[in-house]
Amino acid sequence: MSASTEPLIERPDDRPRPIRAAAAGSDRVFRGVLRGGGAAVLAITGLIAFFLIWRASSAFRQVGWSFLSTGIWLPDQNRFGVGSVLPNGLFIALIALVIAVPIGLMTALFISEYAPHRIRSALVSVVDLMAAIPSIVYALWGVFFLQPEILGTVRWVADHLGFIPFLRVPGGDTPSFFTSSTFMAGLVVSLMVIPIVISISREVFAQAPQGEREAAYALGSTKWGMIRTVVLPYGRGGMIGAIMLGFGRAMGETIAVSLLISPVWTIVTHVLATGGMSIPALIALRYGESTPEMIAALMAAGLVLFAVTLLVNALAGIIVTRSRSGAQTS
Amino acid sequence: MTTTLDAPKRVTTTRRRFRPRAVTADTVCALLGSAAGALGLTWLLYEAVLPLSGVLGFWLVAYVLFLGFYALVTAMTVGGRQAVVDRLVLVLLTSAALVVLAIIGNQIGYTIYRGWPALAHLGTFVTQTMALAGPLDPLTVGGILHAAVGSLEQMGIATAISVPLGVLAALFLAEVGGPGARIVRAIVEAMTALPEIIAGLFIYAMVILTFGLRQSGFAAALALTVMMIPFVTRSAEVMLRLVPGALREASLALGASQWRTAWLVVLPTARSGLTTAVVLAMARAIGETAPVLITAGFTQFLNANPFDGPQTSLPLYIYSYVRLPQATEIARAFGAGLMLMFLVLVLFTLARVLGGKEPHAK
Repeated sequence: MSASTEPLIERPDDRPRPIRAAAAGSDRVFRGVLRGGGAAVLAITGLIAFFLIWRASSAFRQVGWSFLSTGIWLPDQNRFGVGSVLPNGLFIALIALVIAVPIGLMTALFISEYAPHRIRSALVSVVDLMAAIPSIVYALWGVFFLQPEILGTVRWVADHLGFIPFLRVPGGDTPSFFTSSTFMAGLVVSLMVIPIVISISREVFAQAPQGEREAAYALGSTKWGMIRTVVLPYGRGGMIGAIMLGFGRAMGETIAVSLLISPVWTIVTHVLATGGMSIPALIALRYGESTPEMIAALMAAGLVLFAVTLLVNALAGIIVTRSRSGAQTS
Repeated sequence: MTTTLDAPKRVTTTRRRFRPRAVTADTVCALLGSAAGALGLTWLLYEAVLPLSGVLGFWLVAYVLFLGFYALVTAMTVGGRQAVVDRLVLVLLTSAALVVLAIIGNQIGYTIYRGWPALAHLGTFVTQTMALAGPLDPLTVGGILHAAVGSLEQMGIATAISVPLGVLAALFLAEVGGPGARIVRAIVEAMTALPEIIAGLFIYAMVILTFGLRQSGFAAALALTVMMIPFVTRSAEVMLRLVPGALREASLALGASQWRTAWLVVLPTARSGLTTAVVLAMARAIGETAPVLITAGFTQFLNANPFDGPQTSLPLYIYSYVRLPQATEIARAFGAGLMLMFLVLVLFTLARVLGGKEPHAK
C-alpha cells in the first residue's frame, strides 16, 4: 500500500500551479469601497483622539502634570485635575465589579451547565434584554427603589463592621449619611455590568470541549468537579476578558452615577459614606459651564477616561480572542 | 381450566430507569427542610436573641443558615465532601440566576408601577408637549410628544448613517481580510465599550466647537452614530461569518465576481441576521442618554427639525425631569421611562422575531 502514496509518474516539475487572481475592475472598486468602510471606522477613532487632544491641550498647558495630582475642580481659578475624580471613579467601578462578577459568573455557569434545555434559551433572552434596558431606567430604579431599600443594611454593616477602616461611616447617625455614596453608585452600576459578564463568560463556558467533559465524568467526577477541572480552566481567558470589559463599562457609566452621587473632591476613604465622583459624571454635571477654559478642562478629563477605557478594552479584546483561538477557525 | 393462552400481558417493569439528574424526593425534602429550619432559626434570632432588624438582613441571614443546614443534611444523608460541595454549588448557582431574574423582574415591575400614573393619561401624555405645562400642573397637562419625536428622528438619522458604514466595515472584515482587517477588528472591539459620554464630548468638540453648529438633533444623531458604528460592525461581522463558505465558493466557481458574490449571495443569506444586528443597535441607540445630554440641548417645545435648534429625546427628558423636586415631574419622568422601556422591548422582540432564522442555504 505504501507504493500508492508515491507519484505514479516521476515529474520533476510537478509543483502546484501558482494561482494569481487578477481582480476585475469592478472587484477592485468593490474592495476599495470596503477598505474605505474599514478605514472610516479607524478614522473615527483617530478623530476622537485628535479632537479630544486638541481641545484639551490648552488645559494641559495651563496646569501641566499637576492635572493628574490635583483633586479639586476649579477651572476658573486654574486649579483642576483628576487626582481625586479618577481614583473615586475607579472605586465605583471596583465596587461594581465586586458585586457583578460573582453574580454574573455564577449565573453564566448556571445557564451554560445546569439550566434545563427548555429554559436555557429563555434565560439567554432575559439576559440580553437586561443588557438592552437603557441605563437611565436602571438609574431611576436605583435612585428611587434600591437606595431606600438597602439603606438599612448598609447602616447595619457600617455599625457592626465599622472596625474595618473603609467600611466606617464617620458620624453616621441619620440615614442621610449613607445615601449618594460610592457604594450606592457602584451597586447601581453593577446592574449594567452583570449582563456583560454573563453573556461573554457564558459563551466561553459553552465552548469547553465535550470530550474533556466526558473524560472528567468517566473518571468519576461530580458535576462541580467537571466544571472546576474542565469548564473553568478553558474559560479562564474569557472570564478575565469579561471582567475587563465590565470594568471598562463601569468606568464609563455616566447617567446612573451623575444622578445618584453627591460630589466630593477628595479621595474617598469611606465607601459607605455620602460622596464620590467619576470622570463621566463630572463631565455630565459640569458641561453646562460654557467658558472655553472650563470646556477645555472637561475635554482633558474626557481624554484621560478615553485613554484608560481604550487601554482596558483593547487588553480585554486580546485576552478574549486568545482564549478562543483553539475554537475558532478562519 | 381452559388451556387457551392468554394474550401476552404487557410487561411493566417495576424497576424505573435510573436518571442521574432527576429530582428525587430526597433532594426536595432536604431543600425544603433546610429552608424551613433556616427560616425558623432566623425568626428566632431576629425576634428573641439578637438586636437586629431589617428585611434584607433577615433574608441574608436566613440564606446563609439555609446553606449551612443544607450542607449538613447532605453530609448526613449522602455523605462525602464531594457530594456536599456539588449540591452546595448547584444551590449557589441557581440562586445567583434567581437573583438576576428577580432584579430584572423587580426593575421592570417598579418602572411600570411608578410610570403608570403618567401613562394613565395616555391620550394627553403622548400627544402633548411640555410647552404649556408648568411645574405645578397635574399630569393631565403636558406630555412627551416632543421627546418621542426627537428620539425617533435622532435614532433614524443615526441608523441611516451608521448602518451602511458599519455593514461596509463588516464586509471588509469578513470578505477582504488581511493584516489591515486585524487592526480594524481590534479597534472595533475596543470601541464597542467606548464610554457613552466620550461620544458626546467628541461631537461637541468637533461639530459644535470647531464647525460652529449649535446644539441640535443632528449633532445628537451624530453622537449616537459614533456609538452605533462599532456595535453594528461587530455584530454584522459575526452574522457574515455564519454564511457557509461553500455558498461563496459556489458563486465564485460559477464565475461571479467578488462583489456580485457579496451582493447576491452573502448579504441576502445573512439578511435576517443583519436585520437583527441593526434592530438591536437601534434599541441601544434610543436609550443612550449621555451622548445626547451634551449635544442635543434641552427644550420643552416640539422641534421637528433636527438641523435647527435644541431637540429633546426621551432619555434626556427623563434625565431633566427626574432631577426636579415636584412629584408630578418625577412621575412624568417615570412615565417617559416606561415608554422608553416599551420602545426598547418592541425593538428587542422585533429583533428576536426577525432573527429566528440562522443563515442557511435556500
